[in-house]
Amino acid sequence: MKDAIGNVQRILVLGGTSEIALATVKRITDGRPDADVTLAARPGPRRGDAASALEGLGLTVTEVDLDVTDRSSYERAIGATFDAGRDVDIVLIAFGVLGEPELAWQDLDAALEMVQVNYAAAVGCGVLVAARLRAQGHGTIVAFSSVAGELARRSNFVYGSTKAGMDAFFTGLGDAVARDGVEVLVVRPGFVRTRMTAGLRAAPLSQTADQVAAVVAEGLRTRRDRVWAPSTMRWVMSGLRHLPRAVVRRLPV
Amino acid sequence: MGSRRALAGWGGTSPTVATVVPVAADDAVGRLVAEAPERGVLARGLGRSYGDAAQNAGGVVLDVTSRDRILRVDVEGAEVDVEAGASLDQLMRLLLPLGLFVPVTPGTRYVTVGGAIAADIHGKNHHVDGSFGQHVTSMDLLVGDGSIRRLTPHEPLFWATVGGMGLTGLILRATLRMTRVESAFCVVDTERCGDLDDLLARMAEGDDRYTYSVAWIDCLARGSSLGRSVLTRGWSARRDQLPARMRSRATEFRPHQLAVAPPVFPSGLLNRTTVTAFNEAWFRKAPRERRGEVQGIAQFFHPLDGVGEWNRVYGPRGFLQYQFVVPFGAEPTLRRCLEMLAESGQASFLAVLKRFGAAGDGHLSFPSPGWTLALDLPVGAATLGGLLDRLDAEVLAAGGRFYLAKDSRLPASAMAQMYPRLDEWRAVRAEADPHGVFTSDLARRLDL
Repeated sequence: MKDAIGNVQRILVLGGTSEIALATVKRITDGRPDADVTLAARPGPRRGDAASALEGLGLTVTEVDLDVTDRSSYERAIGATFDAGRDVDIVLIAFGVLGEPELAWQDLDAALEMVQVNYAAAVGCGVLVAARLRAQGHGTIVAFSSVAGELARRSNFVYGSTKAGMDAFFTGLGDAVARDGVEVLVVRPGFVRTRMTAGLRAAPLSQTADQVAAVVAEGLRTRRDRVWAPSTMRWVMSGLRHLPRAVVRRLPV
Repeated sequence: MGSRRALAGWGGTSPTVATVVPVAADDAVGRLVAEAPERGVLARGLGRSYGDAAQNAGGVVLDVTSRDRILRVDVEGAEVDVEAGASLDQLMRLLLPLGLFVPVTPGTRYVTVGGAIAADIHGKNHHVDGSFGQHVTSMDLLVGDGSIRRLTPHEPLFWATVGGMGLTGLILRATLRMTRVESAFCVVDTERCGDLDDLLARMAEGDDRYTYSVAWIDCLARGSSLGRSVLTRGWSARRDQLPARMRSRATEFRPHQLAVAPPVFPSGLLNRTTVTAFNEAWFRKAPRERRGEVQGIAQFFHPLDGVGEWNRVYGPRGFLQYQFVVPFGAEPTLRRCLEMLAESGQASFLAVLKRFGAAGDGHLSFPSPGWTLALDLPVGAATLGGLLDRLDAEVLAAGGRFYLAKDSRLPASAMAQMYPRLDEWRAVRAEADPHGVFTSDLARRLDL
């Protein structure tokens, strides 16, 4: 159970090797690092390292196999997590791929893989998790979207389109489940310097995973339904959306 | 039959959704309990516990407030049989004219008898009369399989239920020993105390002369004024202590609500500035010393009941109440806690300090000999959680404990340390409710 201050007892991370998600887990448990954390991700050294890092903080970690391109895999991971142990207070939907932007709009396999991971699996997990949290009568979903979903940019519009879809789904889901005691927080980070973006030229207002985690934690504490990281991104993206397309096309973003 | 809706405690901090079913007859309650879903069932009365004690996320919550009949009144023997959904307000309105007063009343009359037993509530007379459960002579408890047990204080299940937070079963009825009074008034002495030492000395020296005693502390006062407070103590008034014009209606009790707070207050209205100003004004307005003032029961015991839904003043983010007791001898801990609070600047509106007497027999009853401090704190400041975690550590290290009816944020790990009879309670509960049908959000949070 989440308490009056927002301390939580159990967290499920779908995409358990995401640097932003791990930073978020650390941030929301830093006052009381005694929660149970389930990391659902592909097996391997990265998941093991993530688990060790969290265990080093005092958290109790369970590792679960997850392949989001396989429906039965995420059904199993979510089912097993909710069937045993304490109530799950927070579920982080944190998996995603950036892909190869130029390939993604020209190669069918590359395009569909990105759609499957970033959109279809996110929706699938959202459906399953929402049903579990509604039955529980409480809980919060944190869905990691992206500012890329707010504006199609020439440089990564396939990625942007998948994030736009998952963003709309989780925003609407938040409205649908509000009366069931379930809250949804949609997180829209700008450029974050992580393993996923290594080698890319950092965009303006770029930030670290820890900075995003701080924004998420504050959003949870104040029970917001959407947050941008950094918060100024909200107004930047709002402005960009109102520019003529001819101008956007020429912007170096 | 039931409706799914969000339930929160009086503090309004962590609402969860449950299926709420109003219940009336015993057999209907028994059926609902026997058919309880996987996430269990819990009784709820008037919702005055501050945290998550009367919530059962995803499960069934039985609203027992319509089970409020007074079944038998024995004026000579000063004893009543009541249904557990009856409120203390009802008992006072009906029984004060007969010269009977509830044995224990907390700061509000709007609690049910069932809730009063389940939380083993205390009042200003704890140092002489103990807690509510000590005045219950028998009760009917509906246990996990839907059967009803009549319990007396000779049985362990009775004392697991007193202070058991509704987790041993559903209290259907109780027999209470009432207190005989000559009037619905109190004779009150008021003293201003300049600092904590002054206050503790006066309480330690004089409390035993009074039936009722409590102090209101200004938690924002620091340095040499740390613990400045107003101590009010009194007795139930004898008829001959009342002014002549009041004697003919000495036992009349018809308190009225002055106002109802509308749900329009923003969070953050009660901040350091407003609360400092309030506390200052309130301290100054108290008489330096006044003896023998006659006050009505509502004025003396339940000043906040004058404003309906007053919790709304804290805004949508709500507030929590932090109440602990530390044993006699742990005065330095009490002082350190007050210093930490004053230094943090956390705006606490009127904290209450009380000297507890001997403990009762409830396995999880809160009151134990020592000093209890209770404060209301608005939820909002990011630093609040850390501050309270540090205060927890001080209190636990001093052998103190927290009141479950107020708690909304303790970790499960604190439970065994605070309540050494926890395992004994668990064993008795497991016998009465082997499948854990009765549960609550508080139980989930504290692994009860």
